[in-house]
Amino acid sequence: MFERTLVVAAASFAWLVCAAAQEGPKLGVPATPEQIAGWDVSIGPDGAGLPPGSGNAAAGKTVYEAKCVACHGVDGKGQPNDQLVGGQGTLKDAAPVRTLGSYWPYATTVFDYVRRAMPYVAPHSLTPDETYALTAYLLALNGVIAQDAVMDATTLPKVVMPNRDNFDSAYREPKRR
Amino acid sequence: MTKATGLDSLEQVAGNGLLHRRLFLQGGAAALAGATLLTARAAPPDVPAWMKTPGAPMRGYGERSPHESQVQRVVNTTPGTTGTGGSRTPLESLEGIITPSSLHFERHHSGVPDIDPAQHQVLIHGLVERPLIFSMDALARYPLVSRIQFLECSGNSGGNNNAEPPQQTAGGIHGLVSCSDWAGVPLAVLLDEAGVKPEGKWLLAEGGDAASMSRSVPMAKAMDDAILALYQNGEKLRPEQGYPVRLFLPGYEGNMNVKWLRRIKVTAEPTMTKDETSKYSDLQPNGRAKLFTFPMEVKSVITSPSGMQTMRGPGLYQISGVAWSGFGRIRRVEISADGGKTFAQAALDGPVLPLALTRFRMPWRWDGNPSVLMSRAVDETGAVQPTRAALIGARGTAYRYHYNAIQSWSVAQAGAVSNVYV
Repeated sequence: MFERTLVVAAASFAWLVCAAAQEGPKLGVPATPEQIAGWDVSIGPDGAGLPPGSGNAAAGKTVYEAKCVACHGVDGKGQPNDQLVGGQGTLKDAAPVRTLGSYWPYATTVFDYVRRAMPYVAPHSLTPDETYALTAYLLALNGVIAQDAVMDATTLPKVVMPNRDNFDSAYREPKRR
Repeated sequence: MTKATGLDSLEQVAGNGLLHRRLFLQGGAAALAGATLLTARAAPPDVPAWMKTPGAPMRGYGERSPHESQVQRVVNTTPGTTGTGGSRTPLESLEGIITPSSLHFERHHSGVPDIDPAQHQVLIHGLVERPLIFSMDALARYPLVSRIQFLECSGNSGGNNNAEPPQQTAGGIHGLVSCSDWAGVPLAVLLDEAGVKPEGKWLLAEGGDAASMSRSVPMAKAMDDAILALYQNGEKLRPEQGYPVRLFLPGYEGNMNVKWLRRIKVTAEPTMTKDETSKYSDLQPNGRAKLFTFPMEVKSVITSPSGMQTMRGPGLYQISGVAWSGFGRIRRVEISADGGKTFAQAALDGPVLPLALTRFRMPWRWDGNPSVLMSRAVDETGAVQPTRAALIGARGTAYRYHYNAIQSWSVAQAGAVSNVYV
């Protein structure tokens, strides 16, 4: 009898300890769909959440030469900051050239990154059309898409980057304890 | 038990003057006292000026001695920017295992934002039952946990990939690692409140800086030991460490520990952001690249003596440094003074904490001849810090991140210490 009580007590205690570690005061305020829409700018490889709008390389060149060339050089050749164009075929070299065209696995990453972080001095200032156009310009400069290809929410996720299949995930899910 | 009466009677444990670590734990006091007598004799007999007048008053927030103002981070700024780049902890000027918050390394991708905590909020959404917004006042009401843990940028020590060894200080080469007492809210508590759907296997963490720095984090890590850190070394986070809230993922590469955290989106797959594909991915000699190499591997560095320092003549010295591993505790650190021919075990200052810097020490009698010092750490999983040749042989030099090879310091006859590849 005593033994059984002890077991029950121990079991309840374990539950309490576990609950205490997991319990918070629950002060989160429900987020409305409108609030989430204003924050949720990230775009994954499936392109979900890409905004309406479109652009091509010609329009992108205009934006690039006004807002990007100072840091990334003429035609994305780099200097003072990252080179964006070229480098294909160098990844096995001693000094590989990692650019958007030679290295990046997903085209959606270009849109995602430019929209939230570029231009460096004025992030969040480009319109969706400008962002699609810049993405098209950089992809076309790298020979990934045709000069006249239009990038939008439908076409961008379908672009296959040249180096896409040369990545391996090193992450392994831990075994359940 | 016979007391040591001079340096000659101390037990040599490895080549070129390495002495038993017990010298600094017991019994060696007599020998040490003998070594310091020389300098004690020069003390002035008069009363110094600071003893003849009352000292400075109290102050609301302390500062270090002005005589220590030369101890600074090593700052490297990306061309054409002001706040982008990194600053490195001057490891060679520090002792113990806690990095002062003012000297914690920095790595920013678009400067340090000036965030008003009254306006800052954290959104949790995506594959959850209840999307939620947390104010800073709300987060402050949650149960906190605090732990002493290191943080290391995965690009740390990358200069040693160069063909020629960079001639810099220990901090200049390895100073993208620091260790603090971090306190915060377990992320699992907040995720449970939002209710993660079964298909939610990853999350995207986004910062509130001008880069909206973003990284994907596995749900298993988020639910295990991740915290939303609010405090560092007892006080609220410094702006350059993510004020008012940062993600802290013990043992994982620094870039994932998103500062100025603003948004967590639960996803089924990684978002494949710029900073987990084009950067912080590991290119191998065969042209394939590894994604998501998260934990920082076992590593150590001797901070005294170390690069750019000069030893002042032969005699007894203490070799000292720090070791750490993203896989758990440091099990042991071995020291060589003869370029790796022989090693002996260093003393570890306790308690040895998991995922924290661990201070090691070893007595060394330098005979004044050219020497090469090395430290080799082993963690509790049995992982051994590799030689540079082994690491580069396996990965090449374009790998760029996660460099954890043994650091060798050359001591020249005149005492100058420099970085050397062995």
